[in-house]
Amino acid sequence: MRRLLVLGAGTAGTMVVNKLRRRLSRAEWDITVVDRSDRHYYQPGYLFLPFGRYSAEQVHEPTGRHIRDGVTLLHGAIDRVVADQNVVVLTDGRRLPYDYLVIATGVEPRPDQTEGMADGGEWRRSIFDFYTYDGAQALAGALSEFEAGRLVVHVVDMPIKCPVAPLEFAFLADAWLRDRGLRDRVDLVYATPLPGAFTKPVATARLQSMLDERKIIVEPDFLVERVEGRKLVSYDEREIAFDLLVTVPLNMGAEYLARSGLGNELNLVPVDPHTLLTKAYPNIFALGDANDIPASKAGSVAHFSVEVFTGNFLQHVDGRPMTGSFDGHANCFVESGRGKALLIDFNYDTEPLTGRYPIPGIGPFHLLEETEANHWGKLAFRWMYWNVLLPGRPMPLPAHMSMAGKHRPDTEE
Amino acid sequence: MPMTAIAGREVHVDDEGFLTVYGEWDDDLAEQLAAQIGIELTEAHWKAINFLREDYRRQGETPTLRRVSVVGGIPTKTLFTLFPKKPAKKMAYIAGLPKPHGCV
Repeated sequence: MRRLLVLGAGTAGTMVVNKLRRRLSRAEWDITVVDRSDRHYYQPGYLFLPFGRYSAEQVHEPTGRHIRDGVTLLHGAIDRVVADQNVVVLTDGRRLPYDYLVIATGVEPRPDQTEGMADGGEWRRSIFDFYTYDGAQALAGALSEFEAGRLVVHVVDMPIKCPVAPLEFAFLADAWLRDRGLRDRVDLVYATPLPGAFTKPVATARLQSMLDERKIIVEPDFLVERVEGRKLVSYDEREIAFDLLVTVPLNMGAEYLARSGLGNELNLVPVDPHTLLTKAYPNIFALGDANDIPASKAGSVAHFSVEVFTGNFLQHVDGRPMTGSFDGHANCFVESGRGKALLIDFNYDTEPLTGRYPIPGIGPFHLLEETEANHWGKLAFRWMYWNVLLPGRPMPLPAHMSMAGKHRPDTEE
Repeated sequence: MPMTAIAGREVHVDDEGFLTVYGEWDDDLAEQLAAQIGIELTEAHWKAINFLREDYRRQGETPTLRRVSVVGGIPTKTLFTLFPKKPAKKMAYIAGLPKPHGCV
């Protein structure tokens, strides 16, 4: 019996075991997945929790409900991977031998990595994150009591899960304050370590003008060194005072990867960006947010890369060369408030562009343009996530990015 | 890819002036590139530049500020003093490496 062991039953890990269970013979392959939680969280839903748009119950389901028959689901925390012996050790002492290992334990927010953030007395009092289930719910409470002052939306450092989510939060906060008649009493600031609203020129120009229209002040190139009470201080000694801080703490891979000698300075696992095979071991892959590919840490990247990985894995275990090549494809709806959203679609080589995104039957969606259809697309995605994506059913989206419908910057009038 | 003349010779650069060919760089060129953005290279600057060059040679990617601090052992605060305002970008420019892509 050959053994495939998957660490993490999140978006990537769940898709992988469900897809591979269909493709690998049950007589020849044992598939096991380990997760520390018995709940699967719909992380894109966290954005809506602080505004009361989703209830807490709407964003999680039992992990086991989404794992196919024929896959063993283990509940446990990982102590370390002993890669030279092909075994994973859990904190309770259980040893799990494998022939092939897939690391899919993602990244997590680490407020402890910024001086004064978690330990300065303001955490969950005036400082909140919304990238955790608890954090998003605590923020809902704080927002409902917030009536005036300075609200700062802040990113500690890149890369982060869903790089557009802090912008979406700023847009939604603006709309939410307007709806309550409080917008005139609140200064809204967006502090980012990037030189602008986003990394790539076409999307940055569009998103920057949306921030300007909403009178959201951008503080670019702001790399926080420490938090002092209710004040952010950057490495170059700029200060931003806040009454309410919504921060995205440093995102790091799981600590067991550092203990196992498999992670880089952020505990991300170095891989080949096209095959996702680790650079260190020919029988270990790292998928989803856990790896170091220069792409968005987003569910769509996990999805598209798992499509490519599945075919490659079958070739690899047969001793054949892997012919699939992941292109860094990402595809995200960007909520902009008042029932509208934008859509962006891009990869390693092509930045998000304007134009149309064709989807047979439902599309086209408009790229980098605020429309109601994009907003409904975003909301409909929750159903797709549970019922199509996680079970590993075919989605009507190609894994590789297509230029169909996109305007090339040099051909635009 | 455009060419430009720095320190009396032709080198390949991108549209923002970052060198695109690893082997076209040397110490003289670094001094010239630094001077163009108002920096005079001291021993402390060279420690950072040399780490960037060496790390890129091994990893194939321009290191982030966090990597220079954690792996290269130069505190981020120091990097902001040596290369004011935009240390990641300025270091890469002087070291003749691609602009670090703030991961999307």
